[in-house]
Amino acid sequence: MSEVIVVTSGKGGVGKTTTSANIGTGLAKLDKKVLMIDTDIGLRNLDVVMGLENRIVYNLVDIIEGNCRPKQAMIKDKRYSNLYLLPSAQTRDKTSVTPEQMKKLVDDLRDDFDYIILDCPAGIETGFKNAIAGADRALVVTTPEVSAIRDADRIIGLLEANEMKRTDLIVNRVRMDMVKKGDMMSIEDVVDILAIDLIGAVPDDNNIVIATNNGEPLVGNDTLPGKAYMNICHRILGEEVPMLDLDPNTGLFSKVAKIFKKN
Amino acid sequence: MSVFDIFKKKSSGSVAKDRLKLLLVSDRANCSPETMEMIKNDIIKVIAKYMEIDCEGLDIQITTTESEDGNGIVPALVANIPIKEVKH
Repeated sequence: MSEVIVVTSGKGGVGKTTTSANIGTGLAKLDKKVLMIDTDIGLRNLDVVMGLENRIVYNLVDIIEGNCRPKQAMIKDKRYSNLYLLPSAQTRDKTSVTPEQMKKLVDDLRDDFDYIILDCPAGIETGFKNAIAGADRALVVTTPEVSAIRDADRIIGLLEANEMKRTDLIVNRVRMDMVKKGDMMSIEDVVDILAIDLIGAVPDDNNIVIATNNGEPLVGNDTLPGKAYMNICHRILGEEVPMLDLDPNTGLFSKVAKIFKKN
Repeated sequence: MSVFDIFKKKSSGSVAKDRLKLLLVSDRANCSPETMEMIKNDIIKVIAKYMEIDCEGLDIQITTTESEDGNGIVPALVANIPIKEVKH
């Protein structure tokens, strides 16, 4: 059974593309056959975050307009042979595709994959409507900031109005040092305000910038965000995984103490 | 008020949370102009039983107001209904 997941946020710059890249790669790491589709027509970026920008021949709009077959536009990932990217068009605009065309494309492709990840553009206009048209479930990405949370709330309302079957929350760029001082809303605060299910939280971490610089998603490696993204992937598969402690300063002693506390 | 309260400043995180909670009430309410229109029509219906009102001049909106116990700001529905004549 395949599942189509849209990664969305409303506000720009909160980490949709980074999240899409890491979740797509993470699910591929877990032996799922995955297609990532960049739906941000005119501002494509998933290719460059994945380090696949030099391999693009055809794009999403080429398929829609019948210039090529879907298989010709899909780029196989460098690292995982079961991971594919369908890049967006850079020199076109959002109106080149309609929600109906997008839904049909996704429906045509879904049987060939276990998961299709749709990277949604910022905003609530055409691009957003295109991206959510073919999706079964949504991941709403936000950061613990007033502007991002306000936009996330709007997006959640729109997803509900469009009868999205399932919507989960990812709180990105959490800084535990600031949360501890009371200068940043905690993950609990954000969940409390938005009132949807939390599927994971990712810390603000230099390694994410480094990974993007290199075009290598860090999911599954030994860094804190690498583990956080992997946990989200496990939860997407329906596994129960305890929430990760995002405080990098938690020492070994307190970690051990926590293990004993749980039992 | 104790001496310590002077030094106790509300953390910016909880300020953010309080501001957001308030903001989202009006955001969610304002989301649908249809709902506002329906509320307006229902208010007109009820008031019209007792007095003649200026339907054109009627204005309703979601705003914020000082709470009665003075604990801060709360969301409120404010209706401005001009009365033409009170029925006997």
